[in-house]
Amino acid sequence: MLALQGDVREHLAALRAAGASPRPVRRPEELAGVAGLVIPGGESTTISKLATAFGLLEPLRARVAEGLPVYGSCAGMIMLADKILDPRSGQETVGGIDMIVRRNAFGRQNESFEAAVEMADVAGGPVHGVFIRAPWVESVGASAETLAAYDGHPVAVRQGNLLATAFHPELTGDHRVHALFVSMVRAAGR
Amino acid sequence: MSSTPASSTPATPETGTARVKRGMAEQLKGGVIMDVVTPEQARIAEDAGAVAVMALERVPADIRKDGGVARMSDPDMIDGIIEAVSIPVMAKSRIGHLVEAQVLQALGVDYIDESEVLTPADEVNHTDKWSFTTPFVCGATNLGEALRRIAEGAAMIRSKGEAGTGNVVEAVRHMRQIRGEIGKLRALDNHELYAAAKELRAPYELVREVAEAGRLPVVLFSAGGVATPADAALMRQLGAEGVFVGSGIFKSGDPAKRAAAVVKATTFYDDPKVVADVSRGLGEAMVGINLDTLPDGERYASRGW
Repeated sequence: MLALQGDVREHLAALRAAGASPRPVRRPEELAGVAGLVIPGGESTTISKLATAFGLLEPLRARVAEGLPVYGSCAGMIMLADKILDPRSGQETVGGIDMIVRRNAFGRQNESFEAAVEMADVAGGPVHGVFIRAPWVESVGASAETLAAYDGHPVAVRQGNLLATAFHPELTGDHRVHALFVSMVRAAGR
Repeated sequence: MSSTPASSTPATPETGTARVKRGMAEQLKGGVIMDVVTPEQARIAEDAGAVAVMALERVPADIRKDGGVARMSDPDMIDGIIEAVSIPVMAKSRIGHLVEAQVLQALGVDYIDESEVLTPADEVNHTDKWSFTTPFVCGATNLGEALRRIAEGAAMIRSKGEAGTGNVVEAVRHMRQIRGEIGKLRALDNHELYAAAKELRAPYELVREVAEAGRLPVVLFSAGGVATPADAALMRQLGAEGVFVGSGIFKSGDPAKRAAAVVKATTFYDDPKVVADVSRGLGEAMVGINLDTLPDGERYASRGW
């Protein structure tokens, strides 16, 4: 669990409910021992700056290149995108998913909303999508798969061991997205 | 009044729900929210890693110095700051001034701070915050005050501290008070919670929720008097989930450097080595005011009811 900033507590609780034993990661040496990583919702510019300042960005990119399973929600989705359409100066991402994201695409806080979202790979009906100043995916490359779309924009994307959602399943009691990620981590470890 | 967001998914997309209001504050956790008075300062704050900015006409230290009635900021100034940064923008309304709050919502700010730092407009009532789409943060000096604000619809609480003094003592007092009272509630049995609610002057349902969860149902930040990276780390060690820094950044010698240092110390609040490293060479901190020299009438923390 990348614990530099954001809704870490909610993700930790959702991961535990999905059967994982998560621990916080803030330093490069703490990254070495994990079998999977969640990048939480938060402020993507802040997470990016802290990851750069504390030497986490390059080790993160290296682990992703080796196949480390990573799930990112909202700001975490932005961190997993190869490209941001509208980055702030010096805003770096870890990358790994061949997609271009648009930050705050669904609008400011007054436009934040919740709605049902149909998501492939998640059985049992639509997931509860909580979109908070959420990004959407502007375009998805050939190697990435769109798992869910809202209003015609991809909002859940998977590429290999990487999973990203524009919404926040950690803020609902529904742990199916985290369960999907935990199964990806287990499959990668075999 | 429902304090806990319902778990069911709305049939049609819904905005302004308790979940998206409180959830927005959850995204700010572990971060620093900085007072800014110009678009230029807002950009410095964003570049330093602030999770949000508070758009103000004057920082609290200047409000103290200048005196007079402190009001909501000029809409042009707020627009300018919204234009300048991509991070969330908050702005302050006077306590009970529902029209200032309506104006801030119309301007599209991401959070409204119904703030004791401005001159109160109503000496009895706070704004009904449930009736807004924009979420609210409110100050509190103790648990009862925090729960009354949550009952009125606040989606985030901050300790009041004593803004504009550069003196963290009141923020510490308020945070210890709130956390201490939560601890006491946890020790009570179900029969005792009714009397506790009466004493706290807060709704029983909220009191029971806090007693069961051991924390507020919304995010708790600290504010008021934070001036150094060590102050920010202190507030986090005392249980704050993030910090507001008001006058402390832009009333100091090197705002960009101090802002970045406070951000780092807030993330690594439990690592004294990091706090030491970021505290080097920051230049002058704001001078600060000793609170025993502050007349009662000039204490902002006593505003709010």
